[in-house]
Amino acid sequence: MQIPVEGFMYPNEVELQWSVLIVLYPFITGLVAGAFILASLERVFRVDAVKPTYRLALLTALAFLLVAPLPLQLHLGHPERSLEMYLTPHRSSAMAMFGFVYLWYLMAVLLLEIWLDYRRDIVVKSQTTTGITRVIYRVLTLGSSNISERSLRIDERLGYFITVIGIPSAFLLHGYVGFIFGSVKANPWWSSPLMPIVFIFSAMVSGIAAVMLLYMFSTRLRGKEIDIRCLDKIAQYLFYVFVIDFSLEMLDLLQRIYEADESFRSLDFMVHSRLWTSQVIVQILLGTVTPIVLLGLTQVLKLTDMARKRIFALAGCLTVIGIFAMRWNVVIGGQLFSKSFLGYTTYKMGFATREGLLTAIALMLLPFPILWVLVKLLPPWPDAGPVPASGASPAHGIS
Amino acid sequence: MFKDVEHLIRLAVVMAIALIAFVTLRAVVVPHSFGQYGHYRGDAIREIAARPVAFAGHDVCESCHTDVVEQKKQGKHVVVPCEACHGAQARHADDPVSVKPAKLDTAVLCARCHEANSAKPKGFPQVVASDHSGGLACDACHQPHRPKIEDSTEAKPATEGKR
Amino acid sequence: MDITRRRLLILLPAAAVAWKYVQAGTPEAAPNYKLTEHWWSMLIDIPKCIGCGSCVRACAEENDVPEGYYRTWIERYHVADWKIERPDVESPNGGKQGFPPNEIGGKNFFVPKLCNHCADSPCTQVCPVGATFVTPDGVVLVDKSYCLGCRYCVQACPYGCRFINPKTDTAEKCTLCYHRITKGLTTACCEVCPTGARQLADLKNPRDPIHEFLRRHTVQVLKPHMATGSKVFYNGMDGSVR
Repeated sequence: MQIPVEGFMYPNEVELQWSVLIVLYPFITGLVAGAFILASLERVFRVDAVKPTYRLALLTALAFLLVAPLPLQLHLGHPERSLEMYLTPHRSSAMAMFGFVYLWYLMAVLLLEIWLDYRRDIVVKSQTTTGITRVIYRVLTLGSSNISERSLRIDERLGYFITVIGIPSAFLLHGYVGFIFGSVKANPWWSSPLMPIVFIFSAMVSGIAAVMLLYMFSTRLRGKEIDIRCLDKIAQYLFYVFVIDFSLEMLDLLQRIYEADESFRSLDFMVHSRLWTSQVIVQILLGTVTPIVLLGLTQVLKLTDMARKRIFALAGCLTVIGIFAMRWNVVIGGQLFSKSFLGYTTYKMGFATREGLLTAIALMLLPFPILWVLVKLLPPWPDAGPVPASGASPAHGIS
Repeated sequence: MFKDVEHLIRLAVVMAIALIAFVTLRAVVVPHSFGQYGHYRGDAIREIAARPVAFAGHDVCESCHTDVVEQKKQGKHVVVPCEACHGAQARHADDPVSVKPAKLDTAVLCARCHEANSAKPKGFPQVVASDHSGGLACDACHQPHRPKIEDSTEAKPATEGKR
Repeated sequence: MDITRRRLLILLPAAAVAWKYVQAGTPEAAPNYKLTEHWWSMLIDIPKCIGCGSCVRACAEENDVPEGYYRTWIERYHVADWKIERPDVESPNGGKQGFPPNEIGGKNFFVPKLCNHCADSPCTQVCPVGATFVTPDGVVLVDKSYCLGCRYCVQACPYGCRFINPKTDTAEKCTLCYHRITKGLTTACCEVCPTGARQLADLKNPRDPIHEFLRRHTVQVLKPHMATGSKVFYNGMDGSVR
């Protein structure tokens, strides 16, 4: 497959190393971190308005976190050796240390918090359901059926503590991904101390928008009434975080244009040619400026509930697309120009190949059936009411 | 009171078991030479160093082909290593009778060094082949081991070194 | 150690046997090579390079380098007048078949490139598992039975000298012909260079003539601002070289 090259590239640089799967990875972990931050708003900062989305946000984070390693495994030349990262991690490598950050976040934060929050429901279900579901719930109880007031209070205190640790852990989870790129001095498009910060804030934006969309969609699917107060609050947080995210990205851009160092001419040309559509049109105009303006309008104008819901849905969709474009522009954009600053290459994405478009789409869709299973096992709906402790029929409380 | 934290103790036990399993796995799976010189498999250095060589090196060629050495000493190509033109010959050096070097195509070979190119050093002998020889192969007139043509009437000396 | 007749009678055949193995190219570990006695580097003399491509071909043959990938390559520079920040550079097939003839004016020259075997190597810093490393004798190598193929090292190299071998799906690059230099030979590229533009150097050997050259001449490294501790030194390198 001949790859068209413009200008001069070092001979080994012509073929891109990191494909669309590596674009997916920060996008997915970003959704995880963002969803978790939203959940912790209720738990730690006592923002009651967003309580209806608390459990849904946690399950969303888990569904995406379980899928997150898959694009990495599919990308590796030798996925069967990936355990080496845990057995002999190279401590100077951000990628190796990230393996442990991921593990920590999954085991010690997310799974633990979900378990503690749902434990009462799990124990009850382990006594009231039958068949294979009963076995699953029994395993999840770890053999303990104590749901006394005192034990639940201990769970509550511990859960609070874990959420408090979880917030910096979520920042670390996605900040580290930013650091994996930002610490590569060989690549001026990536190398920046701002990179982890920009990644964190754009992660929060995408995660909040994703939970907002999922909440709206799932509530409509269940035929229930959307809690407009909750939605307004989420949209407000989305707006504030978006403004910070946009400011950071504009700061980076303006500084680069002003300082115009050795790499600038090459990068500038790349943005104007190969990255014009994905960066300027999709990421900046459609994916950032438009949602900010739309959300800003809902903050200053008095609009009907219906109008606001429509605007939130539109802004949410544009946001998620825009943040995906941002990951694309960072990962793919960073490989389109030569490190000699004298040329450009092209990304030839396969279709039905191991790292092709079809695989990327499949991986993006995979969290949803997983989320569906999680929602069936551990219903997050606040209007379902607490599961009765005994004597109730199996179907009660499961929507 | 103990009863109320029983579930947490069970959880701690599960995590302890997982940790022990991990440590055991590590002791079994990590290669033994790992860490010998640094954070890598020490055996890798030995494996890489044990690769067979393909180029014998001009010292080896010269130990047999002494007549070519004498011829080369008389001209500018004395500095050109044998395998620069003849390619990798370690297999030939190992078994000179059954492994013979391939015949060279001077039209392609000589041009790589001597075809005129503005990036080549100014003092370096270079020609525009089509003007210089009008399509003739270089070894029609030049003897590669002693390339200078002393006297245009003299017959081109035979190439020594062929057995 | 006294060289007695008896010792000589034992040493000479032993040396002959060792040399025979070197010549025959069988995979024997080199006797008497001590890692800590060497610190390998290379000198590239740009005014001597004629862009013949012998080094690229020899490297490919010595190391089974797959077609379309390069452990070493040659770049041809054209600098118009004073515009050293905007050179015209080309490297057709890495310079493997030499370069097409041309007669343009201005400043023109060839620059051979390879792995710089950095002392503070950014590629080894980022490897998550320890599959790439700097040996005690200063050569950066890849352990292809341990490499995951994550490509982080390829991204981290400022010089573009790494690639993924499609046959092994692992990272690969110039090994400074480690299998040759540990047997007392020079690298394949230095062996075939007709003008001596490429020379191997042992920085721990005070009597090494190249080491002496480095002490007396104006030499540069590529991208010094990256502070990689690059050990490939260029004599006579123009400021336009990227």
